[in-house]
Amino acid sequence: MSAREAEPTPHSTPGSSPATSPGERPQSRAFLEARGVVVEFATRSGSVARALDGVDLAVAPGEIVAVVGESGSGKTTLARTLMGLERPVAGEVSVGDRPMPRSTRAMRTFRRKVQMVLQDASGSLNPRQTVYESVAEGIRLHRLADARSGTAEADLVAKALSDAGLRPPQPLYLRYPHELSGGQRQRVLIAGALAVRPDLIIADEPVSSLDASIRGELLALLLRLRDELGLGVLVITHDLGLAWNIADRIAVMYLGRVVEQGPTEQVLEHPRHPYTQALLSVVPEIDRLEPQVLRGEIPDPTRIPPGCRFHPRCPALAEGESERAGVADACRGVPLPVLPADDRHAAACHLDAVRHAPGTPAS
Amino acid sequence: MSSASAPLSARQIARRRRGRALRRTWAEFRRHRSGVVGLVVLTAFVLMAVFASLLVDPEGLEVTKATGGVLEGPSGQFPLGTDDNGRSVLTLLIYGARISLFVGLLATAISMVIGTLMGLMSGFFEGWPSAILFRVTEWFLVIPFLPLALVLASVLGRSLWNIALVIGVTSWPGTALLIRSQTLSIKERPYLDRARVLGAGRWHLMSRHILPNVMPMVLANTTLTVAIAILTETTLSFLGLGDPTRVSWGSMLEDAFTVGAMTTGAWWFIVPPGVCVVLVVLAFTLVGQSLEEIFNPRLRRR
Repeated sequence: MSAREAEPTPHSTPGSSPATSPGERPQSRAFLEARGVVVEFATRSGSVARALDGVDLAVAPGEIVAVVGESGSGKTTLARTLMGLERPVAGEVSVGDRPMPRSTRAMRTFRRKVQMVLQDASGSLNPRQTVYESVAEGIRLHRLADARSGTAEADLVAKALSDAGLRPPQPLYLRYPHELSGGQRQRVLIAGALAVRPDLIIADEPVSSLDASIRGELLALLLRLRDELGLGVLVITHDLGLAWNIADRIAVMYLGRVVEQGPTEQVLEHPRHPYTQALLSVVPEIDRLEPQVLRGEIPDPTRIPPGCRFHPRCPALAEGESERAGVADACRGVPLPVLPADDRHAAACHLDAVRHAPGTPAS
Repeated sequence: MSSASAPLSARQIARRRRGRALRRTWAEFRRHRSGVVGLVVLTAFVLMAVFASLLVDPEGLEVTKATGGVLEGPSGQFPLGTDDNGRSVLTLLIYGARISLFVGLLATAISMVIGTLMGLMSGFFEGWPSAILFRVTEWFLVIPFLPLALVLASVLGRSLWNIALVIGVTSWPGTALLIRSQTLSIKERPYLDRARVLGAGRWHLMSRHILPNVMPMVLANTTLTVAIAILTETTLSFLGLGDPTRVSWGSMLEDAFTVGAMTTGAWWFIVPPGVCVVLVVLAFTLVGQSLEEIFNPRLRRR
């Protein structure tokens, strides 16, 4: 929590100018944007799993967006799709208003601007490459080192490693991944992504295997890079505390859809979707909410429930709240639209739609 | 790449890393007794082949300058007796090592290059290119090897290079299948995704990530292939398809067979080349098996 306190409030960032009112945000503001993205996987039994079922999400330059949700909600697939590692069957990903490139060369230019820190830190490093080579790989691929202008490869590697909290970096140069601790591997991955000097970093559970002090340090680094260089960050996490610490905006995902999104403070202080409320209620730091443990597992993405996809586990429906509001049938049978990717706080929930209908004051 | 301000230049780092990896492999290799024995035998044969002209007089190969009698038994002058032309069998044996090893290594090199490329590409690519490459590999695998080699050898003509070429182009499918299966498993590792994210193209992925990870397997497989190639060279030469102007162990065996060395009891003409082939093949196999055990952790646990 210290990272947030050390920084200015999340909404006075270079990315979100106060002059632009919500809803009128010009499209070109988004740097990386997904529109109605659907990603499917064929399962072994032959059925088709919809990992992403229509997702709108945008990240603007200098903005930190957190995607939160349980395991299996499609967060990682979304990150991989935004990175061009998965190809959507419907919808599109656009980069600065242009569709995601397909040619190898254009893809390389795109990846100079957008980097990703993959989730599996131990498997994401080539076992036959030393730390130095792993970090230098991006520098070599994009020919960023230039000895004449004083940016020698070794200097860039050393800088990236120490930025990622591995100081002094030299003793690590010749280590192989299996000789590193989990936290060190994670930081080598982060260093490798930082070394390319991207405009946007997609980080999939970037700090999950790190201890508290290094965690705080890395989050502070991300915030610093955002302030100094206008780095945009998309953080994929199941940790709402992390999202609260650094994110300007939050998107809550459930079973391949964004079910609630908006500015961090609004979403986390006044959650509108029962799913978000349940997730928040079990965060130990927040005691104002009655702990609400969700029943069962996240459903199988080959059989997405009809109506609201959350209804089989929805506490509001189970406790009769929806019944009283007269939307219980809609919850069970009427599908919800895809939430648009803008700055407004919105939730894909029938109950919420009744409560926040025009004219009704927001809670 | 290097700079004065950096404590270590990229090249220095690469050199150190390679040195370390080499030392580690060597330390592990030394624990395999059979592999070390094979390496000693192999080194002896290689030294013999390289320094053949220092060991015996090359004139001893010429039929016109032969000094001994026909199929003379071992004596002080001819430690391994003489052949049907009166040449020293020891001289033939030492020079034969050159040809047998040379053909074996050249054929293996050809086979390895084709096999690695085919395996790598058919494993890495998807869809029809991969399917075609895989079919071609399977096709070569099921062709009866010896008839194909015989046909190729007789069509191309009897020379040292042709015999290596024939062995090379007929012995690669096994390697290709091995490399293909390795490539298929490495292709799914997350570090390939990471390289893609960093902006790597196909060539970079294949040459920097997949190849280095299959290379140890290639190396182990190479030593085993050399053994097979030497045996094949012996077979083809024995069948009279070798280079007629040069002496190899195979051609010695053929010679011995045609002059009836066996029936006349001239064992010194048959046994030495036979033993040499067996020793070299055994040595390569022992080294290859040890390397395979070192580089393939799944075998190591057994």
